[in-house]
Amino acid sequence: MSTTETIPSPDQTIGDPNAPVVSFEHVSIGFDGHSVLVNISFQARSGEMVIILGPAGCGKSVLLKLANGLIQPDAGRIQLFGLDINNLSQEALFDLRSHVGMVFQESALFDSLSVRDNVSYRMLEQGDNEEDINRRVLECLRFVELEHAIEKFPDELSGGMRRRVAIARAIITQPQLFLYDSPTGGLDPITSATIIELVMKQRDVYESTALLVTHRLQDAFTLATHRFNLKENRMERIENDGVDPNTTIMVLKDGRIAFTGSLVDLLRSKDPYIQEYLA
Amino acid sequence: MEIGEFLREKVLAVQEYSLLSWTAITNVFRRPFYWVDLYTQADLIGVGSVPIVILTGFFTGGVLALNSATTLAQFGAKAVTGQLVSLSMVKELGPVLTGLMVSGRNASGMASELGSMQVTEQIDAMRALGTDPLKKLVTPRIISTVVMLVFLTIISDALGVAGGGWISSGLGINASQYFHMAYQTLEYPDVLEGLVKPLIFGFIIASVGCSFGMTTRGGTQGVGRSTTQAVVVSSVLIIFSDFLISRLTISIFGR
Repeated sequence: MSTTETIPSPDQTIGDPNAPVVSFEHVSIGFDGHSVLVNISFQARSGEMVIILGPAGCGKSVLLKLANGLIQPDAGRIQLFGLDINNLSQEALFDLRSHVGMVFQESALFDSLSVRDNVSYRMLEQGDNEEDINRRVLECLRFVELEHAIEKFPDELSGGMRRRVAIARAIITQPQLFLYDSPTGGLDPITSATIIELVMKQRDVYESTALLVTHRLQDAFTLATHRFNLKENRMERIENDGVDPNTTIMVLKDGRIAFTGSLVDLLRSKDPYIQEYLA
Repeated sequence: MEIGEFLREKVLAVQEYSLLSWTAITNVFRRPFYWVDLYTQADLIGVGSVPIVILTGFFTGGVLALNSATTLAQFGAKAVTGQLVSLSMVKELGPVLTGLMVSGRNASGMASELGSMQVTEQIDAMRALGTDPLKKLVTPRIISTVVMLVFLTIISDALGVAGGGWISSGLGINASQYFHMAYQTLEYPDVLEGLVKPLIFGFIIASVGCSFGMTTRGGTQGVGRSTTQAVVVSSVLIIFSDFLISRLTISIFGR
């Protein structure tokens, strides 16, 4: 990893600073008569990372889209920064989303825009000045080690590079909350490790709040048992087989929460489903 | 699929289309306004369609003159060819054919572009980045199609009358007489009808194209389906609304 650059901190906060950054209360949603998520309740406090594990099709991505207000729940209440997003107008919701960075499963880069324009999209929309934009784009691309790809288009990038550009796009305005939808999905183990290291760097260096969805147990284990060493600019295992206190693991089964707790609790769980899942 | 389910789906699709259209219209009065996107779309839709509109208008006017002059000659009324060509072009064929050509070119383009963005989560990404896709993608397309279709129709009308004149002169009709008849026969209600139609057709093309694009499901196959449906639906709606506008104009102006 290269030297860490200073990405500007958010110059404004939103909602209630004492409230959890994300809060789900008895949230349910279904499509075409089928329940996808049932009675989901959890919270993510400032600086906390919630890793949502589960097999494919158990509603993990839907949960992230609900958290960002991209879809509305059939029942229950979702709060972001203490604001009830079900009751917000579309305009207010768009403003609120500027405090949230989302990395999509397939990157969802704008394929007709260059890497530079993709990364700077949010700043361009805000009408920031050219000098600021150029500086921050370079900082973010340096963060994900993709400075050399600034003029390329998404179809010229590999899957891992696209995922890194998506991370750079999400962090450009240093939002208060990150939503990662399977950031390592479909990537080889080495590229996956690089992506997880970037997620960890974001978590430990900037102490940002995050929800991370994955079906890879290895990602959850690495994030829970490692921390980012800024001095050496690489991730390292936490001493004495410790776990990160701000990382919580949540396991979904058929749209319901089957487990919530730390990695240690997960490994000690006697629940047959969890044991089967870990096997 | 049960008939109840089928009807429910259709009603939901109409509701979704109406909501999208209404929001896109009201967005005209809300900030931010995407001027760059508006100019880009106006260039793509308007300037980009000029060649096909010129060719269609010119040859339609020509074939109209060819057929009418031959028929009218049997009654010794070949001289009124200009009148027939100009009325047909300005009131009906200019707006309808331009609408259909632009529909084939741009409703499909909008449906496939927005459909591809939808299935690759780019629309969701745009919303997640705090941009309203209806404001950025749909409203500029609707405004530019409505405005540009009016100008394209005027070009088509002019080229149609010119094409008719070119053929007529080949059939022995005096060019001055042709153009004099073509000009004299037009009255304000005819011109008004010919200019109101592209406003409605432009709205139909862009709103239907964008609506099918934004509601695309089912990967690349879904994009293909949306594209086809957008052209079919917008073309049928253009012809249907053409009938309604013509009927309305006749009941108001009597011609």
